[in-house]
Amino acid sequence: MMQEIKQDARIAPSLPVISETKMGVEELDLFYGEFQALKDVTLDFPKNEVTALIGPSGCGKSTLLKALNRMNDLVDGCRVDGLVSLDGDDIYRDVPVNDLRRRVGMVFQQPNPFPMSIYDNIAFGPRTHGIKGKAELDVIVEQSLRDAAIWDEVKDRLKKSALGLSGGQQQRLCIARALAVQPEVLLLDESTSALDPISTAKIEDLVVEFASKYTVIMVTHNMLQALRVSTKTAFFLLGEMVEAGDTDELFTHPKDSRTADYVSGRFG
Amino acid sequence: MLFTLAAAISILAVALICVFLFANGLPAMFQIGIPEFLLGTTWKPGSDMYGIFPMIVGSIYVTAGAILVGVPAGILTAIYLSRFAGSRVASVLRPGIELLAGIPSVVYGFFGLMVLVPFIRATMPGRGLSLLAASMLLGIMILPTVITVAKNALDAVPKSYYEGALALGATRERAVFRILVPAAFSGIMAAVVLGVGRAIGETMAVVMVAGNQPVMPNSIFEGVRTMTANIVMEMGYAADLHRGALIATGVVLFVFIMLISLLFSAIKKRGEER
Ligand SMILES: Nc1ncnc2c1ncn2[C@@H]1O[C@H](COP(=O)(O)OP(=O)(O)OP(=O)(O)O)[C@@H](O)[C@H]1O
Ligand SMILES: [Mg+2]
Repeated sequence: MMQEIKQDARIAPSLPVISETKMGVEELDLFYGEFQALKDVTLDFPKNEVTALIGPSGCGKSTLLKALNRMNDLVDGCRVDGLVSLDGDDIYRDVPVNDLRRRVGMVFQQPNPFPMSIYDNIAFGPRTHGIKGKAELDVIVEQSLRDAAIWDEVKDRLKKSALGLSGGQQQRLCIARALAVQPEVLLLDESTSALDPISTAKIEDLVVEFASKYTVIMVTHNMLQALRVSTKTAFFLLGEMVEAGDTDELFTHPKDSRTADYVSGRFG
Repeated sequence: MLFTLAAAISILAVALICVFLFANGLPAMFQIGIPEFLLGTTWKPGSDMYGIFPMIVGSIYVTAGAILVGVPAGILTAIYLSRFAGSRVASVLRPGIELLAGIPSVVYGFFGLMVLVPFIRATMPGRGLSLLAASMLLGIMILPTVITVAKNALDAVPKSYYEGALALGATRERAVFRILVPAAFSGIMAAVVLGVGRAIGETMAVVMVAGNQPVMPNSIFEGVRTMTANIVMEMGYAADLHRGALIATGVVLFVFIMLISLLFSAIKKRGEER
């Protein structure tokens, strides 16, 4: 459905694209102590689409991502001004933080499986949210591992430690772990940068599939990856959002010269 | 070369202590009879009766009590320092704990005698000088050991585990008790074992508050005598077989400590393998 609308929009660019906003930030300022890491950022994340955040190192991509599930709360002296919304609700006021983090899942740059069995890794989230029945957990664990395309590789060793998996497998396990709590939004922070090309390709395929079910927001340093998997891209520079829009459009006809310089590889 | 020498000195010291203990203690033990010595419940040097079972039990009870008091408090403090305390609180707590570690045990003993014992006498049955008093005091004394070792173990757990749990919507408490603590488990066990070692070897403070009757205690409000107390209280005037029996008590204590340190290295090794 979404896809059709989108294609129509491409054929007739004059028609406005009707896409529902899942998350949004408005006039967001974020400070680490005195240092302002995000400056007046306004950006929408359309529902059931993949949005890519790009920009040179230190421009605030991870910071923005962490503002979306309040992982910045862990940072001493971090202050947020402005609105961050999920389905129209202010996440800093109207959504309990643990609910928020269940609904807005996150996969980190470095795979971080817990030092426990593969099964328990996946079951941790559902257990956290009150699912205790073994049969029900079994179903969730299998489904999550299947959705993350790792079931076949681990189905015979569910009780073995997750730390024995390869880096690429660990990252897919972490994706499965995030899926197990049935999130609505998935945040991926350079989640393939520590992986080999084959694992990376597997995860890219997953992300493309996810778009039918989840709203995905991913940080990447890989321009080609952004082109391959995202429909919307936002370019950041020194804490400011320079430009955001349709991915193909932003890469082929950037409006801002700084975006043009970055995507053509002239700096960063 | 210098290092080898330094290492040799400490090994030599251990060896000498071993030789001294066993050479003087074992003959006495054999003379008394091993079962009579270890399992006998009467300690009456005047009538040549040397059963140290009440003291073995006393040491175990007092140590167990100290663990009951000190370990939960110590581990919770370590967790608090490692994950919850702001830098301001930590900057007060940390030197406080270091200070706690540096206080001489006779000062602890004084505190026990002036504060704990009267308090127990006023609020509970018995004379105050008791298993309970010794356990509480030792529980406080092992705090610095437990806190420091457990905190190091907790600090060594990658931050990404904790963040991963929070990112799934877990509360801080759940992240700590379900992810952080299990990940640091072997280190925390090592903290407990070191605490046990400290408690079982402590002498001065225990002598001052435990009452020291060489009989089996029937309740936590009665006095107990530990192996260390047995030695230190009678060594000054003991002679012949009495003296040998006290040294043999030292042998038993030494074996206990050795078992504890074996347990400690086993736990550490298991932790490293994981
Ligand atoms: N915990 C923190 N405390 C203080 N400053 C921070 C903290 N985290 C990030 N910063 C600063 O905020 C700015 C943005 O950091 P951020 O991690 O969001 O960048 P990024 O775009 O993700 O970069 P990279 O591509 O290298 O991951 C940087 O200047 C960084 O130094
Ligand atoms: Mg980053």
